[in-house]
Amino acid sequence: MASKITLHVNGKASVVEVDDPQMPLLYALRNDLGLHGPRFGCGLAQCGACTVHIDGKPVRSCVFPVGKVGRSKVTTLEGLGSSANPHPLQKAFIEEQAVQCGYCINGMIMQAKALLDANKRPSEAEIKRALAGNLCRCGTHVRIVRAVKRAAEMA
Amino acid sequence: MLNATLSRRDFLKASGSLVVTFSLNGLLPQGAAAQGTLAKTVAADQVDGFLAISADGTVTCYSGKVDLGTGVRTALTQIVADELDVPLGNVKIIEGDTLLTPDQGPTFGSLSIQNGGMQVRQAAATARAALLSEAAKRLNVPAAELATQDGTVVAKSGGPKLAYSELIGGRNFELKLDPKSPAKDPSQYKLVGQPVPRLDIPGKVTGEFTYMQDFKVPGMLHGRVIRPAAMRADLVSFDDGAAKRIKGFVQTVREGNFLAVLAESEWAAIKAAKAVKARWSKWEGLPERTKLWDYVRSTKVNSTEVLQKAGDSAEALKTPSKKVSATYDFAIHTHGSIGPSCAIAEWKDGKLTCWSASQQTHLLRRQLAGMFGVPPDNVRCLYIDGSGCYGRNGHEDAAADAALLAKAAGRPVRLQWMREDEHGWDPKGPPTLLDYRGAIDASGNVVAWESDVFIPERPKQIAVTLMAADLAKLPKEDAHPGNIHQSLAIPYTFANIKASAHWLAETPFRPSWIRTPGRMQNTFGNETFMDELALAAGADPLEFRLRNLNPNDKRGIELLKRLAEVARWEPRKSPSGGSGEIARGRGLSYIKYELVRTYVGAVADVEVNRRTGKIRVTKFTVAHDCGQIINPDGLKNQIEGNVVQTVSRTLIEELKFNRSRVTSLDWRSYPILTFPDVPEVQIELIDRPNERPWGAGEPTAAVVPSAISNAVFDAIGARLRSVPFVPQKVLAGLKAA
Repeated sequence: MASKITLHVNGKASVVEVDDPQMPLLYALRNDLGLHGPRFGCGLAQCGACTVHIDGKPVRSCVFPVGKVGRSKVTTLEGLGSSANPHPLQKAFIEEQAVQCGYCINGMIMQAKALLDANKRPSEAEIKRALAGNLCRCGTHVRIVRAVKRAAEMA
Repeated sequence: MLNATLSRRDFLKASGSLVVTFSLNGLLPQGAAAQGTLAKTVAADQVDGFLAISADGTVTCYSGKVDLGTGVRTALTQIVADELDVPLGNVKIIEGDTLLTPDQGPTFGSLSIQNGGMQVRQAAATARAALLSEAAKRLNVPAAELATQDGTVVAKSGGPKLAYSELIGGRNFELKLDPKSPAKDPSQYKLVGQPVPRLDIPGKVTGEFTYMQDFKVPGMLHGRVIRPAAMRADLVSFDDGAAKRIKGFVQTVREGNFLAVLAESEWAAIKAAKAVKARWSKWEGLPERTKLWDYVRSTKVNSTEVLQKAGDSAEALKTPSKKVSATYDFAIHTHGSIGPSCAIAEWKDGKLTCWSASQQTHLLRRQLAGMFGVPPDNVRCLYIDGSGCYGRNGHEDAAADAALLAKAAGRPVRLQWMREDEHGWDPKGPPTLLDYRGAIDASGNVVAWESDVFIPERPKQIAVTLMAADLAKLPKEDAHPGNIHQSLAIPYTFANIKASAHWLAETPFRPSWIRTPGRMQNTFGNETFMDELALAAGADPLEFRLRNLNPNDKRGIELLKRLAEVARWEPRKSPSGGSGEIARGRGLSYIKYELVRTYVGAVADVEVNRRTGKIRVTKFTVAHDCGQIINPDGLKNQIEGNVVQTVSRTLIEELKFNRSRVTSLDWRSYPILTFPDVPEVQIELIDRPNERPWGAGEPTAAVVPSAISNAVFDAIGARLRSVPFVPQKVLAGLKAA
C-alpha cells in the first residue's frame, strides 16, 4: 500500500509516494526527486557511488531504507553546490581535473566531505584511508587525493 | 561550392534545437529526428558529415568517436576550434548518433584522436579553405591576403570582415574532405597543445551531468533481467506468481532462455526479478578453474599465424648457447564498470530507437538490425555517456535486452543491469598463455627469440555476440576477442625471431576486448622475458634494451634515455632487495605500441613483504611519446588511469568461476585496487608538435605488468610469470628462488 513520506533533502521538504518503505533511499532520490548526484553502483554498499549524508554522516543510500530516514536531513551532491556556485570540494575537483568517467565521483566528494568535516587538515595517508571504501575503476585516485588536499587547503 | 539547400537549412535549425533540448530535458524532439533523416549526411568523406556551421555561427561537430570518460570530447573541441579559428565555446559536439554522425568505427584501440580526431581536423581544414575562398570571391581579394580569426574571415591588412555565419551559416559545404587542404602549421595552434579544462567536469562533480543511467523517456517501463543459473543452462519453467503481487509489476517476458520482468517503477522491477522462481537445466561445461592453464594448453588450435619472422630461430636454438625458456599466463579479467550497463529502447512503427553508452553505436545498430530482422535504416542508436567501459563491456548487451523488452511491452523500456549481472555476464578478457624460448651466445648477444601465444579464435566480423540474441535464439554473430595478437612482435633487432599466434577453437567465456587487449598480455610476456634474457646475459635491463633497439629508431632510444633520466635509473644487478622483511626493487619495461605508434617506457618501484607475500607498488615513472599532444593534462589523466587500473589488474584481479558460472559477482569476490595501495605516478611527456598524434588510451597499460614483475624479481629474486601476482604466488616464488 502506498504511503506518503516527507523527505528533507538539501534543505527542502518534499513528499514522495512510496509503495515499500524498505525501498532504498537511492531510488527515491533519483527517480522521485530527480537527483542524479547519488548513483547506483552495486546495491551492496561496496563501492560508494550512492553516498549521501544523513544528518551530516555519510550513508550508502543504495541499502538505506527510505522508511528509516524519518525527519533526518539528507544532503546529496546537489546540496553542496552547483557548477555556477560550487562547494570548495567541487571546486577543487574541477581545478585538479579529478574526474575521468566521473561515475564514482559523487561518492568521492561526499565521503571526502565527511572527512573534512571531522578533520580539517588531513594528511595524504588519512585521505587515502578515508576513501579506502570508495571504488574508482578509471584510476583517477591520484587526482582525487590531490583534490581533497586542495579543498582542505582552500577552506 | 557552397550550395544552399532548403532541407539542410531546416535541418540545421532543427539540429540546433536538438542540441539545446537534449541538454535541457534529456529528450529528443521527434520532429528534429525526422527532419534529420532527410538531410544530414553521415558520409565520412564529406565535410558535411562532420561539421555544420549554423546561422548564429555555432559550429557543430558530428563525431562517430565518443567520449568514454577519457576527455576526447574536449580534445575534439580543441582540434575543431583551433583549425577553424572559432572560440572553444562556439563548438558543440554530437557523438555516436547513427543518424547524425559518421561511422568512424568503434571507440577502441586508442584511435579516437589518432584517426577520429584527424578526420575531424581534415574536415575543419577543408571547411576553412572553403570559407577563405568564398570570402575572397565576395570581397574580391586573393584568398592569400585573407586570414581566419574568431569565426570570421578578415583581410590581413585590416578592413572588412565576413562572419562564417554570413558565408555559410545554415548551408551545406557540399565538399569532400580534401587531403590537400593543409591543416594549420602546428606553431599556429592556440588551443591544441594546451591543458584546456575538460568541458564535462563541472557537471560531473555537481550532479548536473546526464549519464545514460540518468536519462529517461516519457512512458518508459523499468526492466530487470533474470540470468540463467548456469551459463548455458536452458530455462525449464518459471513461476512469477509472487512477482505479480508486487505493486507496479507489469509482466514477465520470456524468449527462449531470455527471462526478464517489467514494472512501472525501478524498485518494483528489482523486487519482481528476485521474486520470479525460475528452474534451469543443469550445465557444468566450464573447465575446472584450478586447471585453467591445462585446459587452455589442451584446447584445439584452429590455426597458427606467424606474426614476426627474422632469420631461422629453430636453427639458432640448436647452436651452442645459453638457453632460456619461460611460460607466462594472464588471468581472465572483467571490465568492472562502476555503473552497471544501462539502456533505453523504444519501438515505433517498426523502427527502433536505442539510447545506450555503447562505444560502437554504428556496429550496435547493425547488430540490433540483424537480431530483429529489420533493415539497419530502421534502427537508430544514440550515445549517452555512461560509466567507463574500458572496452566492450555490457552496454551493448543492455541495449539488446532493452530492445527485446520494449518490443514485447509495446512501450519504451529502461533496462539496467544489477551488479551481479555486470560482474557475472559482461564479456571477459580471455585467459592468455605465452611460451618463450631464447638463446644467448658467449658475448651476451641474443641469437634466438621465439614466442607463442595461445588465444581464442578471431572471426572475420569484429563484434561481440549480443547476449539477448544468444539467449532468445535470435540471429547473432560469433564473438571476436579483439586483435589480441598485436604487440607480440618485438621492437628488438635480434637476428633470429619467430613470434606466433595459435588461434584456439574455444575459450570458457564470451571473449571481448578489455583495455589494451592482447597488447597487455603479450607485452607482459615480451618484456618480462627480456629481463630474463638480460639476466642470463649479465646485462643491465636498460642497457640491454638500448643495445638491441634498432639504431634508426631515434624516438625509441630517446624515450628510454629520458625515462632513465627522470627515474634516475642506475645500472643494476638483480636481485638487489637485500634480506630484510621488506625488500625494495625496481623494474623497467618498454613498448612501441603495435610497432607502429605510441612509445612508452616505465619504471616500477615496489616493496615486497617477504613474510606476507604482499606487493606494494610505490611509484610508477612513465615516459610517453604519442607525437603531437592535443591536451597535456587530459593525456596525463589517461596515463595515470592506465597505471592505476593496470596495477590493480596485475596484483589482484582474477575472475573466479565454478563448473557452471562466474562466481565473482561483486566487489568482494572480485576486488580492485583501493586508495591505500595506489602508487605515486610521475610522468614525462615528450611532445612532438610537428608529428602526427597517436593514441594514449591504452599503450601505458601495456608496460605495467612486466615492469612490476621485473621490479619484484629485482627485490626478491623470484620471477612472477602468472598474473595476478597474489601473495601465494610471491611466497611460492620466494621458496623456489
